[in-house]
This record gives sequence, structure tokens and C-alpha cells, in this order.
Amino acid sequence: MVISLKNGFTEAGNATLFVARFFREVVKPPYEIKEFIRQCYIIGYKSMPLVAITGFIMGLVLTIQSRPTLAEFGAESWLPGMVALSLIREIAPVITALICAGKISSGIGAELGSMKVTEQIDAMEVSAINPYKYLVVTRVLATTLMVPLLVVFADGIGILGGYAGVNIHGDVTMYRYFSQVLSSLDFLDIVPATIKTFFFGFFIGLIGCYKGYTAANGTESVGKAANSAVVTASLTIFIIDMVAVQLTDLFF
Amino acid sequence: MIQVETNTIKQTVADHPSPEINTKVGPVINIKGLYKSFGKNTDILKGVDLTVRKGENLVVLGKSGSGKSVLIKCLVGLVAADKGELKVFDTDITKMNNQQLNAIRLKIGFLFQNSALYDSMTVRENLSFPLKRHSKKLTNKEVEHSVNEALESVGLKEAIDKMPSELSGGMRKRIGLARTLILRPEIILYDEPTTGLDTITSREISELIVHIQKKYKTTSIIITHDMACAKLTGDRLVILKDGVMVAEGSYATLEKSDDAWVRSFFI
Repeated sequence: MVISLKNGFTEAGNATLFVARFFREVVKPPYEIKEFIRQCYIIGYKSMPLVAITGFIMGLVLTIQSRPTLAEFGAESWLPGMVALSLIREIAPVITALICAGKISSGIGAELGSMKVTEQIDAMEVSAINPYKYLVVTRVLATTLMVPLLVVFADGIGILGGYAGVNIHGDVTMYRYFSQVLSSLDFLDIVPATIKTFFFGFFIGLIGCYKGYTAANGTESVGKAANSAVVTASLTIFIIDMVAVQLTDLFF
Repeated sequence: MIQVETNTIKQTVADHPSPEINTKVGPVINIKGLYKSFGKNTDILKGVDLTVRKGENLVVLGKSGSGKSVLIKCLVGLVAADKGELKVFDTDITKMNNQQLNAIRLKIGFLFQNSALYDSMTVRENLSFPLKRHSKKLTNKEVEHSVNEALESVGLKEAIDKMPSELSGGMRKRIGLARTLILRPEIILYDEPTTGLDTITSREISELIVHIQKKYKTTSIIITHDMACAKLTGDRLVILKDGVMVAEGSYATLEKSDDAWVRSFFI
């Protein structure tokens, strides 16, 4: 009990130092622009197909599942607005972030973990290259920037999925569907939901990097780093979401 | 192909006469009373004293866990020493900040046990990566020239566009060595350079180490279990036992040591 408590505090202390180092290194030159762009491409562009498929399915399924309930109240015409609101405010950010936690955070955890185990990080260090700046700062910045863009992309695709869902049982033109979607959306629906995705992205990258960068020696630790990154990042997403919803409720 | 490469190396070794180890010049590496432990009751180094002179190839022998790798990792600041003096080029690296340490690191090459090539980069990128970072004024043509030259030194010019996963163990070691050489280090630290290689490839790597010492006039510390490598590469050998240096001398001297434990390495 005492040992696990001590380990918990040690882990928390190490994680805090890791985060503090990020804020120190991010402002200090030299800036790894090329690596940052490469990571944006890997994290953002290469995740687009997965996000598009899940986004489309989210919109489609949400529409199909909601229709019977709304039909009971004769409120089928609210379907496009309801789907858009649900997607933009909650479902698309959280589901996209969870997908990114699974794909990106675990990928970063495994990649950096294997680099640590095979002494590639040490090799950078002895070559007088700052591995933290090259590997961690670039990845965290890339996830912070790319996850919100992926969420916006998922929002759009999800709304398109909703259009497909509406037209399974009905006949609504695209113009009418999007008119209803846009008229039901408010500035305050979009902004807080988008702001929280920056935090999702930041923590997805940071947790993946922390787990990988601090992996113990041995190949087993690579798997553990990847697994632990997904679990911790997923849990963190829910906690951030809860805090964000409370804050939004408080201020808006 | 390997035969041709080996012959080329032998030829180049013959072209470059062995550098004279100048005992009058101060030591390049001077370690005094070095202690390192990992947690309670896990003392790895217990007061190691060691001197390496310019141009010398020093082989460090010892059983697994005797602290050989920790010793050279302390020299580049990968592992922080608990106590003791660690002078490289007459400067105590234990008192340096990260920036000063990086300046020293540029003069030290480190060949890792598993080569530590960057998996996501080609051989060309592996070699140009440290060079581009530290020599920003170099043109792409100059970088390419340096990469080719380093690869030529290790006899693997044709592997330039390969990924590390496409290379054999021996080739990875050579590429690792080429990456080390590209920054023209004055000291090279070899962490078990022949581990996991067959006898022929081990010999090729050992010959390469000698060739590099002669061509680039480097000072080296070679950590090894491979006695053939120790015999071929070492100007002087030291033996570590439980974190303490117990024997020092040439291969021939230690082979005939009065201490049965020391002699057991040479059987």
C-alpha cells in the first residue's frame, strides 16, 4: 500500500516534470519545423480515412436511432438540427479524440518506447541532439493542432452521414437539410466544443510521448507503453470533457 | 563482396601507419574515483580510476554486470556519476551544464551495442541527420559527400538507400560506425562492437576499428567480451570486476597473469 502510494507520487512527479519540460523546450530555439510538419502529415492526414469512416457512421447511426423517438412526437423535422448539435457539441469531439487516443497515442507510445529500448533516443543524445525537442515537442504540437482539425472534419462528415440517414426513410434535399442544420447551430455550440479539442489533442500527444519516452528497458515495456498510453489518454479525454462541459455550462 | 570490402580495409590499414601513442601528452580521458549505483545495494562502479592517452585503443573487459557499459555511458553523460572526477580533454564533465556537455559530445562518437540506427530513416538520412543539425552551413552536396565518404570508410557505399531493417547485423554495426564517424570524433566509445556477430564478421569489425584508429587518429575505449576483438584492437586492456579495476596491461601480459581469474578471460 505504502509502496504503491509512493510509486503513484513518483509517477505524478515525473509526469509534472515532463510537462514542465515541454513548456520550457517549446519556446526555446532551434525549432524543429520540418519534423513538426512531418508529424502533422502522419498524425493528421493519415488519420483522415479512419476519422471519415467513423464520422460518417456516427452521423448515420445517430440519425437512424433518433428517428423513431422523434417520430413519436411528430418532430421528425428536428432530426437534422438534433443530429448536428449532438455531433458538434459532444459526439464527434469525444469519439474522434478516443479514436486518436487509440491510433495516435498508442502509436507514439510504441514508437518512442521502441526507440528508448533500442537506444535510439540515447544515440540522439550522444550526438548532441535534443531528443525531447525533436521527438516530444514536435509530436505534442502536431496532435494539439491536428486533433481539432480532425474533429472539424469528423463534424462535417458526420453531418453528411446524417443526411444519408435522413434520406433512408425520407426524401430531403441537401439544401433543405443543410439549411436546417445551420439554423439550429449557434456560435456557442461550436466554440467551446472546438476549444476542448485542443486540450484533447495536447493530452493525447503528451501522454503517448510520456509513456514511450519513460518506458523501461526491455521489449515488454514497448507493449506496456502503448497500452498504458491508450488507457490513460482515453480516461483523460473523459475527464477533460466533463470539466469542459461544466465550465461551458457555468459561463455560457 | 564482403571479401572485397575486407581487403579494401586491410589495404587502407596498411596505407596508414599506426599512430604513435604519445605518453608525454596529457590523457584524453582521465577518470578518478568514479562511483555509480542504481538504488540501494546496487553499486555498479566502486571507485574506478582510468586514464586513456591520445591515439590509444583501450579495451575494457569484465563479466556481464561488472559496470563496463555504465563506465562509458558516464563518459558521455548518458548516466550521471554519483561521485568522482571524469575528465575528458582536461575538463570535468560532471560539473558541466547540458550545453557544455553537448560541445564535448560532438568530439565523442558512441557505437551502441545494437547500433541504434534510426528505424524510420534510410542509411543516408541516418548519416546526414547529425551532420545537418551541427553543420547548418553545409550545402546538400557537401552533406552528400560526407555521407559517401563515411560509408566508404566502412565499405558499405551501396547501402546508402537501404532502411536499417534491410541490413544484416554486421552491416548495421558498420553503418552505426559510419554515423559515428561523420562528425569526425576524436574519441570513439564502442559498446560491445562484435556482440551477436559471427566470427568472420566480428573479425571484419575488429579490423575496421583498427583501420579507423589509424586513419582518423582516434582514441577509443572498446567494451567487449570477445577476446579475439580485444587481441586485435587493444593497445592496452583493463579488467573490471564488481565495479573495480583489477588488472591492466597488454594482451600478452594479462594472458600470463598470476591471477587465475584474470587468466580465465584468455582461455
